[in-house]
Amino acid sequence: MFFNTVKDGNVEMTEEKLSLDMNEILNASIEAKYEKLNQSEFHRRIVESGLSRGTIEEISKIKKEPEWMLRLRLKSLELFEKLPTPNWLPDILGTLNVSNLELYIKPDVEQTNSWDQIPKEIREYYDVLGIPESEKKYLGGLVAVFESEPIYSNVKEELTKKGVIMMPPEEAMRRYPDVFKEYFTKIFPVSDHKFAALHGALWSGGVFVYVPKNVKITTPVEGFFIIGSEMEGQFEHTLVVADEGSYIHFIEGCSAPQLKKYSFHDGMVELYAKKNARIKFTTIQNWSKNVINFNNKRAWADENATIEWVEGSLGSRYSFVYPSTILRGQNASSTSLVVTLASGEGEWKDSGSKMIHAAPYTKSKIVNKNIGFGGGVNIYRGLVKVNKGAKGSKAFVKCDSLMLDEKTKAYTFPHNQVLEDDADVAHEAHTFRMSEDQLFYLMNRGIDEKEATSMLVLGFIDEIMKELPFEYATMLNKVIKLELDKLGAVA
Amino acid sequence: MSILKVQDLHVEVEGKEVLKGVSFEVRSGEIHALMGPNGSGKTTLSLAIMGHPKYKITKGSIILDDEDITNLETNEKVKRGLFLAFQNPVEIGGVKLSTLLVAEHNRIANPSGSVTEIIQRIREMTKTVGLSESLLNRGVFEGFSGGEKKRTEILQMMLLKPKFAILDEPDSGVDVDGLRVIAESIKKLKEENNTGYIIITHYRRILDYVNADRVHVLYKGALVASGSMELAKKIDEKGYEGVIKS
Ligand SMILES: Nc1ncnc2c1ncn2[C@@H]1O[C@H](COP(=O)(O)OP(=O)(O)O)[C@@H](O)[C@H]1O
Ligand SMILES: [Mg+2]
Repeated sequence: MFFNTVKDGNVEMTEEKLSLDMNEILNASIEAKYEKLNQSEFHRRIVESGLSRGTIEEISKIKKEPEWMLRLRLKSLELFEKLPTPNWLPDILGTLNVSNLELYIKPDVEQTNSWDQIPKEIREYYDVLGIPESEKKYLGGLVAVFESEPIYSNVKEELTKKGVIMMPPEEAMRRYPDVFKEYFTKIFPVSDHKFAALHGALWSGGVFVYVPKNVKITTPVEGFFIIGSEMEGQFEHTLVVADEGSYIHFIEGCSAPQLKKYSFHDGMVELYAKKNARIKFTTIQNWSKNVINFNNKRAWADENATIEWVEGSLGSRYSFVYPSTILRGQNASSTSLVVTLASGEGEWKDSGSKMIHAAPYTKSKIVNKNIGFGGGVNIYRGLVKVNKGAKGSKAFVKCDSLMLDEKTKAYTFPHNQVLEDDADVAHEAHTFRMSEDQLFYLMNRGIDEKEATSMLVLGFIDEIMKELPFEYATMLNKVIKLELDKLGAVA
Repeated sequence: MSILKVQDLHVEVEGKEVLKGVSFEVRSGEIHALMGPNGSGKTTLSLAIMGHPKYKITKGSIILDDEDITNLETNEKVKRGLFLAFQNPVEIGGVKLSTLLVAEHNRIANPSGSVTEIIQRIREMTKTVGLSESLLNRGVFEGFSGGEKKRTEILQMMLLKPKFAILDEPDSGVDVDGLRVIAESIKKLKEENNTGYIIITHYRRILDYVNADRVHVLYKGALVASGSMELAKKIDEKGYEGVIKS
């Protein structure tokens, strides 16, 4: 079998809890944004919150990491303190009651490749979502992360036979140190912004995938992340390397039950499609409505390679997700299709794809569709950059908002930076309000108001739904309908 | 045998009283024509009957077989057998026509039909009303010609088999073949389903075709004349002036 669980004999089952005061960390970051704190004051505040070199060393020790990883974490901590706070960080985060962060929880279970070995209370989370079922029917491999640690990892034999590696990053670091070290935080440098650096310092769990040359995986693989308890931070790291001429579809699922306090999530995804390779990366983010979600997503596409991002950002209360592709090789292409849903008073969905054309004849397409109601706020910040030398590049951006009521807001900040004359960069933006006449028409065809509303909403995102595998489109459908149920009568 | 009664209907739109007490009755199998100059309130009447939120019924009632349905939700009225073919149906870009047709078929026509049956039926009807099947894959009314819109409305009437159908200018902007198809559909549903009709029109031609039983003339929000097909003939020859003044 591909994965050996560490069985008895290893009596290191003591739960380690290193607790950080997340309120303090967010507050200090917001104060730093307004230059109310200098760096040494910021440092003092962070240490007070519980995050220090000592904490990092402790984590690294518990995880039995090699020296280079400890150094990477410490360097990240330094950067976290040094880097300016990104201007997209809303001040409101400073006023929330965010639970302390359990930095590193070792769940009461050991990692296994059999669902039967997972305790019932934990397994239930996955059963409700139908994860074991869809694995059986549909997936080539699955890594499930509960709290901060991977609890389940299994890859179907047909994939392992072809040399596909899929496992938690902790294990990849031990078993495949060379390939792991070569790419980890290379695609998304932790120096990019403050919360990328925080991720570098604290990351735990996630998925590492390597697809060998010319191996095309026909069944998707999935990483599923659950925040199971209050006081939880998840800093999972996903790294997918598709070697030349290969193909993989990776599905990322996120879920959390509704808890009393806010939880903080700061994950990272790095994708690398080498020459002629293609990676499709689908995310169904359905965190509960009191998760603060940062997801740092970036991809490299070499010559003739393709990166496809598909994202349904439905859950969480505050979400910051900007899937980005750097088109590094000639003829590389990338699409990013993102649906965001802001469905309640003060819900804040910040999104926006970024495409960097760094080689000739590269192509990109961004479709961003946001849906808002009940006073939610959707914000789009996209970027298309065509570097000098990226001759004959083409980019298309479409950014649509659908607002179901008057309280709801949508803002669009597209940004184009084109340094090559013959680049073809097109931008479209539309704002729709659901019209009374459309609703009335559908009701005249015997469809009730709720159903009519969801038909209009699902119609609005049809272009993106088409790109999802059937099971996931159905799930997205269901989640949106559930959200719309909260809507009540549409004025 | 069903009966639809509109009693002393007063309707306000944007604070303005547009209908000032309209009453009439239609029985199963009867075809009534509603005529009257532009702006007299014909469309207002049809939208108010179906419950459009902008068209407020301030007085009067709508009774279907002894049930007061005045304030029912629109979709509930449809479930009880009312149907409206819109004069100007609104585009619904995001929803595919086929999705809509399957949904309404399931809600109203035959909730127990299998998907293949439904699709088979929809295909057949699309052909019968002379529409290209490719329209089924487009957004509802997205880029449809005037005639295609009217045929699509008739297609839905045939699918839902209502007890009573209000057709708001089904013949405007339709070519001769279209007119024939629409009139044939009206007759067919009358024969097979004993549907009763209110056909809003400016032209005698469609009424001749379907052999209308009664003709009403609406003017400035009130019914000013009612009669047999002779009335339509008179309007055709002399215009509205003649019948309104007399
Ligand atoms: N949505 C509306 N807003 C404002 N006025 C309206 C609206 N709908 C109808 N009206 C007014 O009501 C009157 C009747 O219009 P309508 O019912 O469309 O007439 P018809 O169908 O007989 O041509 C007209 O004066 C028209 O301007
Ligand atoms: Mg009219």
